[in-house]
Parts: sequence; C-alpha cells; structure tokens
Amino acid sequence: MRITQGTFSLLPDLTDDQIRRQVQYALDKGWALGIEYTDDPHPRNTYWEMWGQPMFDLRDAAGVMAELRNCREAHPGYYIRINAFDSERGFETVRLSFIVQRPAEEPGFRLERTEDRGRMMRYRLHPYATDKPAGSRYSK
Amino acid sequence: MLDTVKINSPPAEGQQPPATVDLRALYAETQIEALLTELDEELIGLEPVKRRIREIASFLLVARARERLGFSSAPPTLHMAFTGNPGTGKTTVALRMASILHRLGYSRRGHLVSVTRDDLVGQYIGHTAPKTKEVLKRAMGGVLFIDEAYYLYRPENEKDYGQEAIEILLQVMETQREDLTVILAGYTDRMNTFFHSNPGFRSRIAHHIDFPDYTDEELLAITEKLARDAEYRLSESAREALREYIVLRRQQPNFANARSLRNAFDRARLRQAMRLFQLDGEVDATKLMTLEDSDIRASRVFAEPRPEDDATHLN
Repeated sequence: MRITQGTFSLLPDLTDDQIRRQVQYALDKGWALGIEYTDDPHPRNTYWEMWGQPMFDLRDAAGVMAELRNCREAHPGYYIRINAFDSERGFETVRLSFIVQRPAEEPGFRLERTEDRGRMMRYRLHPYATDKPAGSRYSK
Repeated sequence: MLDTVKINSPPAEGQQPPATVDLRALYAETQIEALLTELDEELIGLEPVKRRIREIASFLLVARARERLGFSSAPPTLHMAFTGNPGTGKTTVALRMASILHRLGYSRRGHLVSVTRDDLVGQYIGHTAPKTKEVLKRAMGGVLFIDEAYYLYRPENEKDYGQEAIEILLQVMETQREDLTVILAGYTDRMNTFFHSNPGFRSRIAHHIDFPDYTDEELLAITEKLARDAEYRLSESAREALREYIVLRRQQPNFANARSLRNAFDRARLRQAMRLFQLDGEVDATKLMTLEDSDIRASRVFAEPRPEDDATHLN
C-alpha cells in the first residue's frame, strides 16, 4: 500500500529534476531545508531521523541534492522526505514536506480489533513492516 | 533580471544546430559589456587584471558559442587564484567576477561566499568535514572565495586538520565544477609556497591572476574617488599633503595599498570633524565637504619615523 503523506504524495514519484526545482523554490522563499529518513511508515510516526542538520543560508539546490544523494546511498529502501521550514514570524513551521524516496515494496497495514469493556471496539493500525527489526524492514 | 536560462539551453532535441552564431548578439544578450565597462571605470589601475578578466570573459563567451554550434561541451574549469599584496582589490574583483560568471551563465546564482581558514577547518577530530561541507553547500551555485588560502596548509604540523579541508575542497572542485567556482586568494609569495606543497590545487586552477601594487598616482586617484563617493573633496594643498603621505606611508611597515589609504581617509574625516567643531561657529556646505591639508598632515606618518612604533598607530 502506497504511503501518502506530505505534499505531492498522490502524484507519481518526483524525478530528481522535479525535486531539485521544488527545493529551489523553497530556497528562493528563504526556507531552511532538512532531510529526514525512517523505516517506520506509521502515520503517527511524526519525528523521523534527521540526516545531518537542517540547511540554512543555502542559495542553490545543488547542496541539498548532494546531501539527498548521500542519504539515499546510506539508506537505500528507506522513506526519505525533505522538509522546508519557514522561520518567518506568523508561520514558524514546516511549509512544505514531501517524500523523495520510498521502498520498492510497501506491504501496508493491518487493522487490529480489540474488544474492550462493554463490547466496545478499539482499533489499532499495525504496519506489517514493523514486524521486522528496524534496519531490515524493507528489501534494499 | 537577466534570463540566464536562455543562454544555457542547448539546441532542442532533433533540431539541427545553427551554422553560425553571432558573437556580437551573444555578447549583447549577456549584457556583459556593462559589467566590464563598470569594472574598467570603477577600479583604478589594475590593468593586467582587467585584461585577464576580459580574456576570461571572451573565452567563456566563445565556449558558449561553440556549445550552440554543437561542439562537445565539457564545462570549462573556472577555478581561479588571485595573488597580490594586501589591499590590491582581490576581494572587490572576486565580487565582480561572481556577477560576470552569472551573466555568462556559468554560475546559477552569482553570489559570493567569502571564507577564511576558520570557516573551513574545525577544532577537533571530526569537526572539519561537516564544517567544510556546510560552507561548500552554502556556496553552491555561486563563487567560493577563500581569503588567505595558504593558511589552510600548515606544513609544520602534520596533524593539522587543514589537510582534511583541502582534500574535501579538491574533491568538490573536481566533481562539481558546474555547481561551484572556487577562488583562492592570498599574498603572492605565500600562495606560491602553498601551490608548491599542494600540486593538486595548482592543476585544478585554470586562471592565475596576479594583482600588482598600485602606483602613487593610482593611490591618489583611489583616495579622491573614495572622497568623491562619500561627498568630500580635497583642497589643492590637501592633495599635495596626500601625495607626500603616500610616499611616506609606503615606506612604513604594514602598508596595505588601497586599504591603508581608506583608513587614512577615514581618519582625515575624523580630524576634519574635530576641526570644524572647534571652529564653534556656522559652517557652510563647502566647509563641510572640504578636507584641508592640516587634516592629513596631523597624521603620525609625518612625525619623526620611529621604527619601534606599533604599526597599528601609524595611520
């Protein structure tokens, strides 16, 4: 099941050139860019691992693309996303976040039902991928 | 803003490259002429430097034309070394160079990131590589200007982290030539030693530009231009005093060409302000604008030369 979170996630995966142009757009707006990766696809897994520090004061997308290349090499088969943080007063938040790499196969989620007091149903979302230990969840 | 993308674009797929390229039109299209003229007018002296810059600009323009006609186009190496004494305009020219490269489409953003050893080299193991990479990322798409580059290499200490920075720099200079232009700057003799001990740098640098010292006349012209830009003027006697000042100042230690003169000008402005203030009356525009010879002759340079003087007080 294809994970859809962040901007553009309902579109086909972006090519490197499309990523570069999105990054350049964010840089032109003066946003700081960060690269993050994870192998836990749970929708509530908000804080992914940071790949290096967020990049401030960049002018050209080439620097971000080089870091993305390094991250992809180090973490093949992981989810990688790029966040653009707007520090302007009033926003002070991530303005743009999109996935730039995903595993070849995404096994999806299982819905678990638990019967609670008074026949109340509780639901739990369980990613199949997390059955395996971190680091070996997806084929490379 | 100029559309650099247009110049960059190779002939469209399947389309025959044109048989001729109008160099004049290309020249006009890049609006490079305005920049070069500005360079000629605003920088006093530095004739050999200006000539070299024109050479480089025409070379790059021709490279563009060749590309349009479908010649194979490996991006030309653009890394440069600026050598010369302090205050000879290396940083100023580097700034201009960044906009020239931008106009010609060899630098996407045309900005200049100016760094020294401290910005590149870390203080402990594992600190240098992230620091250098950080700087390189900031400079991507523009020009990285490394001032006093010879400090990167400290032969007396083989564990110096400078070597690590040098290796990262060299690698990026080779593999990401289209993303980044590096300009190394420093005093001529020390840069020569530096290049001698780091042959990797020498071979990756395409253009060595040597900045000559300014002549006394050029220094005078520079100071007058400084004054003009700040809306001051020199009286006839002040000009004469300045002429003498330049001759004396040059003989003293730590002479930094145009920079020394800029400091001298700033100090003359201070003295002029003090003098006007002590007049304690009405002043008119001419008085406010004019630097008199007393403002210049009060400098320590005119006092008895005392070689043991701390050099910083000499201005």
